[in-house]
Amino acid sequence: MPLLSTHDLTAFYGDFQALYGIDLSFDAGETIAIIGANGAGKSTFLKAIAGLIPSRPDSVLLDGHPIGAKRAAEIVKLGIALVPEGRRLFPSLTVEENLLIGGHGRKLPGPWTLDRVYGLFPILKERRASAAPILSGGQQQMAAIGRALMSNPRILLCDEISLGLAPIVIADIYAALPQIKAEGTSVVLVEQDIVQAMKAADRVYCFQEGRVSLEGRPGELSRDQIHRAYFG
Amino acid sequence: MIGLLDAIIQGILLGGLYALFATGLSLMFGVMRLVNLAHGDLIVLAAFVILAVTEKLGVDPFAAVLLAAPILFAIGFGLQHVLLNRTLGRDLLPPLLVTFGLSIIVQNGLLQMFSADSRRLRSGAIETASVSLGGDIAVGVVPLLTLVSAIAVIVALNFIFYRTSIGRAFRATSDDLDVAQLMGIDVNRTFAMAMGIAFVVIAIAALYLGLRANFDPTIGPARLLYAFEAVIIGGLGSFWGTLAGGIILGLAQTIGARIDPEWQILSGHLAFLLVLVIRPRGLFPRAID
Repeated sequence: MPLLSTHDLTAFYGDFQALYGIDLSFDAGETIAIIGANGAGKSTFLKAIAGLIPSRPDSVLLDGHPIGAKRAAEIVKLGIALVPEGRRLFPSLTVEENLLIGGHGRKLPGPWTLDRVYGLFPILKERRASAAPILSGGQQQMAAIGRALMSNPRILLCDEISLGLAPIVIADIYAALPQIKAEGTSVVLVEQDIVQAMKAADRVYCFQEGRVSLEGRPGELSRDQIHRAYFG
Repeated sequence: MIGLLDAIIQGILLGGLYALFATGLSLMFGVMRLVNLAHGDLIVLAAFVILAVTEKLGVDPFAAVLLAAPILFAIGFGLQHVLLNRTLGRDLLPPLLVTFGLSIIVQNGLLQMFSADSRRLRSGAIETASVSLGGDIAVGVVPLLTLVSAIAVIVALNFIFYRTSIGRAFRATSDDLDVAQLMGIDVNRTFAMAMGIAFVVIAIAALYLGLRANFDPTIGPARLLYAFEAVIIGGLGSFWGTLAGGIILGLAQTIGARIDPEWQILSGHLAFLLVLVIRPRGLFPRAID
């Protein structure tokens, strides 16, 4: 049985339909990447899994149990953590408080503690007492990932973690992924940066206008296939 | 000269009372962005609850407030959980309308139960006791306790907000509602906790309201106005700012009253307008927002 699967998952913003029946699944420990143009529904998909957008109960299954109708605060306790697009650190909290609040709803035992997160991103330890907004973009992204890890997730959803960062900083952040995966965590990467996504992922899904347009292993997909799946 | 010094001291002490009125309001706005138009009436409601406890059990108001505080915490928690949480959202109007309605319900409910008579909390000798500061200046023990309590309440709230995990959840929820939920924070419960704590502050404010002057079911809206002014003068989101706002309001009223008793209320409002002109965001606004 896959760790997480979606079945005919749809999502709406008011009258606007953003997802038209997504079927996707992955196993424990697997890393998948979701690529696609702006507005393809990638972020919406992550929000729907994380519970920020309501969906039909049986359209999202975790270990075979329906979780589609659960609210975000319940989902994180089941082991699904989202690193939101644009980092969204809490501006009136310090770096350390941001990390601590990540462990607020922690119900699962697991490897991630404040010390382990500081071990993963040592710069955060130096800046632990700083207010979140004065960090650089890369440091903020590290803090946002660390904050999500503090809930000991089985599934880490990462929304555009390379957005707006310099290539060298992106490399630093992606260098942390193997350590996260080593704990058995499944990672879902939503990325605009296709090269980065293909390098890190075991499997790739391409979204186009709210539907899956292509699925496969990075090595087995041709440039032409991806190009067509991307732009239609 | 002594007269002016006396006015300043009495003004600062009166400011302690206004700060107590305002702190609950500041907390509600700070955590849930709720503008509570029933705040003044809730203070009066709490004063009647304390009065009822003193009369039923025959205890001193200071003991009664200890008994009433858990009751009021529960009322606040329930009010937020059952009613006010449903009004919060992108639209600012529903909470205004609902708390306005609540204000009318509380006023008329109190009229029905306690009549329109003026009431007072009685606490024996402490009501009239005073401390001499030398010269011709003396300060009442109750006004002094009011200011000390206001400071204690603010120290306690700052401790809760900056040193405890529920306080961290308050600040995070206030910063970003969606992401707070991603952290596993039950937003409805967090707001209800904040309202419960605000109601304990309301109980303390009500104690001093009732000890210092007469109250009846209709005086709530005026207290709301002072509380609003103190919060705005101090700057949204800062409890110490709220204390400063209360003291500025108290000073302006007391000094105004020394010039001409008719000017008391007016000079408070003038000070408020003056601050708005010079510092539209208040004296100590939070850095972000």
